[in-house]
Amino acid sequence: MLERALVGPKKYWTGLIGLLVLIGIGAGCYFLQYQKGLTITGMGRDVSWGFYIAQFTFLVGVAASAVMLVLPYYLHHYKAFGKITILGEFLAVAAVSMCLMFILADLGRPMRMLNVLLYPTPGSVLFWDMTVLNGYLFLNIIIGWVILAAERKGVAPPAFVKPLIYISIPWAVSIHTVTAFLYCGLPGRGYWLTAILAARFLSSAFAAGPSLLIILCLLVRKWSKFDPGKEPIQALGTIVTYAIIMNVFFFFLEVFTVFYSRIPEHMLHFKYLFVGLHGHGIYVPWMWAAIILCFVAIALLLTRKARANEKILLAGAICVFLGTWIDKGMGMIAGGFTPSPLEHVTEYVPSAPELFITLGVWATGFLVLTILYKVAISVKEELAS
Amino acid sequence: MSLNRRDFLKIAGITALGVGAASAFEVLSGKQLEAALKAAPLTAGKRWAMVVDTRKLREEDYHDVITACHTSHNVPDFSGTKDEIKWIWAEPFENAFPDSPNEYVKPEVKDKPFLVFCNQCGDAPCVRVCPTKATFKGEDGITMMDMHRCIGCRYCMAACPYGARSFNFRDPRTYFADKEVPNREFPTRTRGVVEKCNFCTERLAKGLYPACVEACKSNALIFGDLDDPNSEVRRILRANFSIRRKPQLGTDPSIFYIV
Repeated sequence: MLERALVGPKKYWTGLIGLLVLIGIGAGCYFLQYQKGLTITGMGRDVSWGFYIAQFTFLVGVAASAVMLVLPYYLHHYKAFGKITILGEFLAVAAVSMCLMFILADLGRPMRMLNVLLYPTPGSVLFWDMTVLNGYLFLNIIIGWVILAAERKGVAPPAFVKPLIYISIPWAVSIHTVTAFLYCGLPGRGYWLTAILAARFLSSAFAAGPSLLIILCLLVRKWSKFDPGKEPIQALGTIVTYAIIMNVFFFFLEVFTVFYSRIPEHMLHFKYLFVGLHGHGIYVPWMWAAIILCFVAIALLLTRKARANEKILLAGAICVFLGTWIDKGMGMIAGGFTPSPLEHVTEYVPSAPELFITLGVWATGFLVLTILYKVAISVKEELAS
Repeated sequence: MSLNRRDFLKIAGITALGVGAASAFEVLSGKQLEAALKAAPLTAGKRWAMVVDTRKLREEDYHDVITACHTSHNVPDFSGTKDEIKWIWAEPFENAFPDSPNEYVKPEVKDKPFLVFCNQCGDAPCVRVCPTKATFKGEDGITMMDMHRCIGCRYCMAACPYGARSFNFRDPRTYFADKEVPNREFPTRTRGVVEKCNFCTERLAKGLYPACVEACKSNALIFGDLDDPNSEVRRILRANFSIRRKPQLGTDPSIFYIV
């Protein structure tokens, strides 16, 4: 089936070359980082995780959101999603690949990466995160590929994928839960030390992932002969609407607990992010932009009538994606480290090479996504004709 | 530990001096030999701890102590940059004890910097989170680092509630490229690994006190075994009220401050 990725219109190749250029720039910057060390990033002693770990966190959510297609289709026999579950699964593959690349980019000694397997440490959440992420990657590659192959041949998929699909449902929830556990189990970091973190992560994931899928479905319809159909896109819109409202609600729960209790250890991080602390407040406009984007999205998507207009749906999906990205891909990590456990405020700004490496990883993810979608869509086009 | 008869008798003979009344026959059992060896003053504590008597600390002590530690462990000087490495340093009261805000605290405390370093926690979050056991607990309670196993994920830095850990963002060896390595007996590190105070485990093995304790002329740093009720640290803790950094987090720090 993979040969379908090797033929395509000029637009397809232009897109791939564009992504390859970004990947090349990112790889060049990574080479520099590999030579000089993480000193070339904006990270330092006080903010020791930065943009890489933030992107990783956001993308785990995007990956987990494939379950929003798989669950209704396989557990509730919601047939409309049958056409696009493959798009969700392949998006998960691309997203988890990016997650793993971001972790690798963040390691001080990447050549020792396999020490995590050589000296397995079940007491470390990072060990479990590695386990569930790799498991989820393989589950989605296998499920997606086998089902697509069966569809192409016009036969029923082999029996062994059914249990894998059922396993993949709680597994999707687990990847983002374990990722939240990375942060919320740390005693000295008040911003993360909250039981609702995993729930917040999941709600923002189930908003961000399906909103990206809406955007992708609309692009697929525009650029190919395969139409994902109006009904599944509308159903995704409903999921996004519920999820983003839940996400804002969970955020409100957090804000209430923090500001009514007024415990400084928890409150200072919110102050830093939303109003600034000791004269530092580089994230303030971004965080308010995220809030505004989320509320605009809710306003756009709230009624079924408005959502039925695909232009409004698209605008809402873009707002959700950007809003949740700022919250997790920017504020979540830097905000957790600022102020430091000794209450010093050190502001973190990613460096140019760090941003190019980040862009390079995103481009690699989208290269994987483009190739996988090209295969899936070619098969669907052949079946339709 | 396998010993031949000759070595065994030698050690038994030496330890017999330490255990006093114990007859050579009694010392012959392995358990007792071990116990006798551990009675030696510094080579075998069960839980090393330190008391910082801030009442005694003088201004020149800070420089002496920090320099002694950093030269003894070949810590490169990247101070003032985001890549800074520090094992021991001074913080104002409000930063060392951010959970005890008190604007009316007496001026001697408010204006006096506190020496802060790894707390050698009884239940260390950094040990708990390390995915490779590169950070681990030694038998003597010291939180240790294996610089050859560390993958540089920096999870321990996120976990440490005391900001005690530093990551080698730069290659520390480039710092020593044009100058003498201060202590040829202690290894320099490579880029990409995390490091912190190791309670001078390499000095303890030789029966020496930690470098900071030795360098502090006013004897404000007192080192000893917390598990030994007769140790100097236990005696001082019995006689004085002491505080620890963020004890409410349950990390059970082994560093005590007398203010």
